[in-house]
Amino acid sequence: MTVEATHQIPIQKEPEATLSVDPKKFILWLFIVSIVMLFASQTSAYLVRRAEGNWLEFQMPIIFWYSTVVLFFSSISMQWAYNSAKKDNFTQLKTAISITFALGLLFLGMQFQGWREMVDMKVYFVGNPSGSFLYVFTGLHGFHLISGLVVLLTALVAAFRFKVHAKSLRRIEICATYWHFLDFLWIYLFFFLLTFN
Amino acid sequence: MSTLSTGTDVVVYEEEHVHHDDPNFWRKYIFSEDHKVIAKQYLITGIFWAMLGIAMSVVFRIQLGFPDADISWLKPVLGQWISETGKLDPNFYLALVTMHGTIMVFFVLTAGLSGTFSNFLIPLQIGARDMASGFLNMLSYWFFFTASVVMFASLFLQTGPAAGGWVVYPPLSALPQAHLGSELGMSLWLISMALFIVSQLLGGINYITTVINLRTRGMTFNKLPLTIWAFLITAVLGLISFPVLLSAALLLIFDRNFGTSFYLSEIYIAGEALPNVGGSPILFQHLFWFLGHPEVYIVLLPALGITSEIIATNSRKPIFGYRAMIASLLGIAFLAFIVWAHHMFVTGMNPFLGSVFMFLTLIIAVPSAVKAFNYITTLWKGNIVFTPAMLFSIGLVSFFVSGGLTGIILGNSALDIQLHDTYFVVAHFHIVMGAASAFGFFAGVYHWFPKMFGRMMNNTLGQIHFWMTFIGVYLVFFPLHYIGIAGFPRRYYQFTTYDFTSSYTDLNMFVTVAAILTFFAQFIFIYNFFSSIFTGKRSPQNPWRSNTLEWTTPIKPGHGNWPGEIPAVYRWSYDYSKPGAAEDFIPQNVPYSQTLESNLPHENEEIKMEAEIEAQNFNDQFDQPH
Repeated sequence: MTVEATHQIPIQKEPEATLSVDPKKFILWLFIVSIVMLFASQTSAYLVRRAEGNWLEFQMPIIFWYSTVVLFFSSISMQWAYNSAKKDNFTQLKTAISITFALGLLFLGMQFQGWREMVDMKVYFVGNPSGSFLYVFTGLHGFHLISGLVVLLTALVAAFRFKVHAKSLRRIEICATYWHFLDFLWIYLFFFLLTFN
Repeated sequence: MSTLSTGTDVVVYEEEHVHHDDPNFWRKYIFSEDHKVIAKQYLITGIFWAMLGIAMSVVFRIQLGFPDADISWLKPVLGQWISETGKLDPNFYLALVTMHGTIMVFFVLTAGLSGTFSNFLIPLQIGARDMASGFLNMLSYWFFFTASVVMFASLFLQTGPAAGGWVVYPPLSALPQAHLGSELGMSLWLISMALFIVSQLLGGINYITTVINLRTRGMTFNKLPLTIWAFLITAVLGLISFPVLLSAALLLIFDRNFGTSFYLSEIYIAGEALPNVGGSPILFQHLFWFLGHPEVYIVLLPALGITSEIIATNSRKPIFGYRAMIASLLGIAFLAFIVWAHHMFVTGMNPFLGSVFMFLTLIIAVPSAVKAFNYITTLWKGNIVFTPAMLFSIGLVSFFVSGGLTGIILGNSALDIQLHDTYFVVAHFHIVMGAASAFGFFAGVYHWFPKMFGRMMNNTLGQIHFWMTFIGVYLVFFPLHYIGIAGFPRRYYQFTTYDFTSSYTDLNMFVTVAAILTFFAQFIFIYNFFSSIFTGKRSPQNPWRSNTLEWTTPIKPGHGNWPGEIPAVYRWSYDYSKPGAAEDFIPQNVPYSQTLESNLPHENEEIKMEAEIEAQNFNDQFDQPH
């Protein structure tokens, strides 16, 4: 093909559509980015500090294994609630979202129990940073889980008032995304702590 | 059934729009969700903090330039911090330095600059009715306001505000018994900064969402004005780095108030060994500077974006290297995250690691030079209009170059060993980050004042303000390089103890006098700003004959910015002095089909797409329930 011929090729340019996501959901994802950075900095601080030695090693209380399972199941029931909302199945939606809320509370209770067992093991918040970090990780995650419970509560109330249905999914979508993220975050923290004990 | 549900939808839609009608005074001016009002709130708060922050620097400059002077005339303001003999209290000197740094970096150049112009310009320049979430935006300002109140209150404590430097390194800041400034003042500093971080995250999340989701038809990323690119990238930097500062502050709070040992180890203070074992103060520095370095770009990038816009407009020329400008912004933003340890060359880090960070640091010179050259080549052979905004923009380029050059010196780990924590560093960052960003701020205010208040600022006063400030800044900070090379350390109360330092006393006096004059020059701006709000000449719709969308709104845009439809965008924002065109500017909303005489061949191709652009969805927030 000659140079002249190349110039003849008609360039069909499509107008580029402006990217558009639901802004509220986009805001949620950016919040998640900032929370990721918060925990990323915490865990890297943990690694930097651990590399310097003088590090207390201890066995993580077994209850954290159970609480991980509980949170995982709450994530499944959250998904169940979302799917029911999509199908306008209100009985299932209400059951599922209540189960999620109850499991969330149970998880918090178990985390607190985990702290008590740590105290029994004589690993205190004040002391070697290896123990302090565990309290900070679980505490910060717990704080975010409480905020997740608040979001969940608004979705729960909305569900019981029949405001969540196939045509109004934004609230429960936001709630489900955040809840799955918190679940994922805990699983990350848990395996991080197991690996780098 | 379907008609019924449509009817319901309309009702819902109207219900959700009740708040658009006639808000009362509180909703309109105080707890406003309108981005223009929030921008002005940020602006006024920023100006207040700036005057306070600069006034503080004048007080400690007097101490440095005239260590023997009797300053009891300041007693009415500073009270107990001036001793019986008219001397400044050394503890309060440290507090002043710390507060000056904190206020100027965070409250003026982060919140005041980014908060004002991101809020004001993002919706106006991308063609949106308002921010993605007006409520979060309002919350962002009020978190900032609360942070301001807490910080301001700390100034009046008996023990004084925080005094460990704006970087608040532990263990000094972690132990209340370490010095006066680590007592309640430090706690309030941490509370204030935590609120400030929340404010910045809320604001930044909103900026990013708005730019990505709410651009008008045809406003593709390659047609965005460079201001918006800069604000977007700044917000991304903040989103990624501020949570890390929150982390650092949180662990510091635990160390201070709960007795943990994240940063503390084996400390012996006031004849007593502390129980803290196993912490690492270097850890704090890593966390702090992971924010701290991006923070300097959070401060500078909006100013660079504003400058790009103003220099192109007032040179009556397209910006040189539009894509290179975006690429260099992205490059600087990326590099900002991997150079933090160049603030820590003397912490005893592995010299090999030091040279890695040195290498990465010096690479920043490349995108920075791209920007500097692009500014200069945009000016080259332009029909330059020397408005005050333009002068300040050119001033910024000057500072960016002269301050950037010393950055190359400081970025070398070997040279940094001599220069670390001397006045050389002070001179460097005050020119490249402080004065450059402040000039971006002034440029932005002079340029967009007509859009904000519908009136013009006084041109003559603006010119006088520029020349006094520009010359003043160089007179203040240029001599500091020499003082720094001579080895004067930062944050020292006085230098007269050693022989080698006394030969620089007159230079310090000179700097102080220049600083005072520069400070007074700012009152010209204050007067010009506030009097022009009420008595300035009424502005035309497009006073600078500019291309961007904000000048297509009414002179005083109301709620929703455009009375009718949001304009569509067909071209980039830099069509200045286009050959063949009747006027020397073609606004972004003028389609190519109306400018056949000046179109380039490939632009004639784009006429075909105009109908499609017009058919696109508006992203109009008023068309959706919100």
